[in-house]
Amino acid sequence: METYTFLRQFADSWMLLALFIFFIGTWFWAFRPGSRPMHDDAANSIFRHEDAPADDGGALSQDNNTDPEGQK
Amino acid sequence: MWDWIKIAVLGLVALLAALTANFARDLAYQVHALIVMAVAAGLFIYTVRTAGDEKPAQTGYNDGVVRAGVIATAFWGIAGFLVGTFIAFQLAFPQLNFDFLQGYGNFGRLRPLHTSAVIFAFGGNALLASSFYVVQRTSAARLWGGNAAWFVFWGYQLFIVLAATGYLMGATQSKEYAEPEWYVDLWLTIVWVVYLGIFLGTIIKRKEPHIYVANWFYLSFIITVAMLHVVNNLAIPVSLMGARSVGVMAGVQDAMTQWWYGHNAVGFFLTAGFLGMMYYFVPKQAERPVFSYKLSIIHFWALIFIYIWAGPHHLHYTALPDWASTLGMVFSIVLWMPSWGGMINGLMTLSGAWDKIRTDPIIRMMVISIGFYGMSTFEGPMMSIRAVNSLSHYTDWTIGHVHSGALGWNGMITFGALYFLTPRLWNRARLYSLSLVNWHFWLATIGIVLYAASMWVTGIMEGLMWREVDAQGFLVNSFADTVSAKFPMYVVRGLGGVLYLAGALIMCYNLWMTVRGQKEVSAAAATPAE
Repeated sequence: METYTFLRQFADSWMLLALFIFFIGTWFWAFRPGSRPMHDDAANSIFRHEDAPADDGGALSQDNNTDPEGQK
Repeated sequence: MWDWIKIAVLGLVALLAALTANFARDLAYQVHALIVMAVAAGLFIYTVRTAGDEKPAQTGYNDGVVRAGVIATAFWGIAGFLVGTFIAFQLAFPQLNFDFLQGYGNFGRLRPLHTSAVIFAFGGNALLASSFYVVQRTSAARLWGGNAAWFVFWGYQLFIVLAATGYLMGATQSKEYAEPEWYVDLWLTIVWVVYLGIFLGTIIKRKEPHIYVANWFYLSFIITVAMLHVVNNLAIPVSLMGARSVGVMAGVQDAMTQWWYGHNAVGFFLTAGFLGMMYYFVPKQAERPVFSYKLSIIHFWALIFIYIWAGPHHLHYTALPDWASTLGMVFSIVLWMPSWGGMINGLMTLSGAWDKIRTDPIIRMMVISIGFYGMSTFEGPMMSIRAVNSLSHYTDWTIGHVHSGALGWNGMITFGALYFLTPRLWNRARLYSLSLVNWHFWLATIGIVLYAASMWVTGIMEGLMWREVDAQGFLVNSFADTVSAKFPMYVVRGLGGVLYLAGALIMCYNLWMTVRGQKEVSAAAATPAE
């Protein structure tokens, strides 16, 4: 079988199936039971470590709301 | 030791560039060799003078490069908007293609200068700066690779300068949004791989358990752009001493590769990367986490899975097989859903804090940017439908669509990010003036509305005039008829550009006064007593 025909058949069958399953899998992965606390934690990660990395004392400022008041 | 290697390499590069300038076969290549020689010689002297100096310890976040990126974003933004406004008036008043600039300053040379300046220089620097800022905060780690970040920053500026000067001197491989010639492409590839290394390295050494969704978007932008750039720029130089090259692909394969690249430059450079900005700066400015983290995961995977197939819609009614352009069209329409999912996610982040739209002009800027994201991701799928495309293609409707996305979505979210970043990066208590932000907001918004509305009118008019036939089946209008009919809309479009540029100038003044007009506050004093 020539390369084009082979690749074309592969793309139209197994590769399509694999990509589709992976894609649908991401939906199930996102909504899997028990993921809520992890997602909440990730969503709130932007409010930690505003001023310094974790290893140089940044963890101390974890709960600080460091938005400058001028923005409000 | 490292200093001595650098000195040797820089000296060698300067020497080779000098030789290249001597043997260069065309003007662009010669000028570029001289630029490279000057840069290498300057760095050589700098490195010699600082060799063996005590290097300051690298602690905390690497924000110096982010500050430089913010300045570069503002600078290139003004440059790109200025050229854009000028060429808009060149289209309305062809006399502006001055005789004394013939061959350098006419529309054909300035147009790629404008597109590259706004997309790659303004947008690219915004992405560089914001990705370096965001990946450090969300990973709770300093940028990996030390001064490599500075190499990426300055290397990218060199790429911009080489690309821009090359366009003016006619060094172009004639691929839209991929105009730079082979040696500039090679340089960008090196810079980009280092950028990927820094970004990945920072994520790998992160102290947070999760990779925040903004970093997923940034990472997909960096990886995909690398892939697109390399494949679309496969070319063989005619001579190692000249700018000209010949692409390895030809005909419809070349066209398909180009628009696979072109549309994914929109999808991954101007969408995925800027969505990374949205997913960080909107929640930060609103002071509440993103509306749905699960939706953001689905948004990410759906966007990257679908965008990559949408390119063929640029090639309806061409030599491209029908099945391929149908595939592109179908995926473009499917793409509407993840786009609007992301828009809803961004907008709903404000749920419970809608009053901020009234009180906080920065949030207002971000919200209208998401609004324009929604509008242009509806308009785009619609225009990709073959029947609609038969009217819209090759008309100004396309240009209007691009600008509602670029000025509205990319521009406004970048302005919002710059307003967010500047007080923080320079340790200032607040922006110099919120009412100037308000002025910027309205000038830019009205500018976009004038731009988009005039392009809708002129685009649809032009499309209808081109296809109009009389009872005998003859075309009614000549091409020149459509050109003269478009004049009023071209003037309105130019005025829209003037308003947008004026808003950006106000922003630069505001940011300048934020840094220069206010005293520095210590980080502790910036924390509100709540």
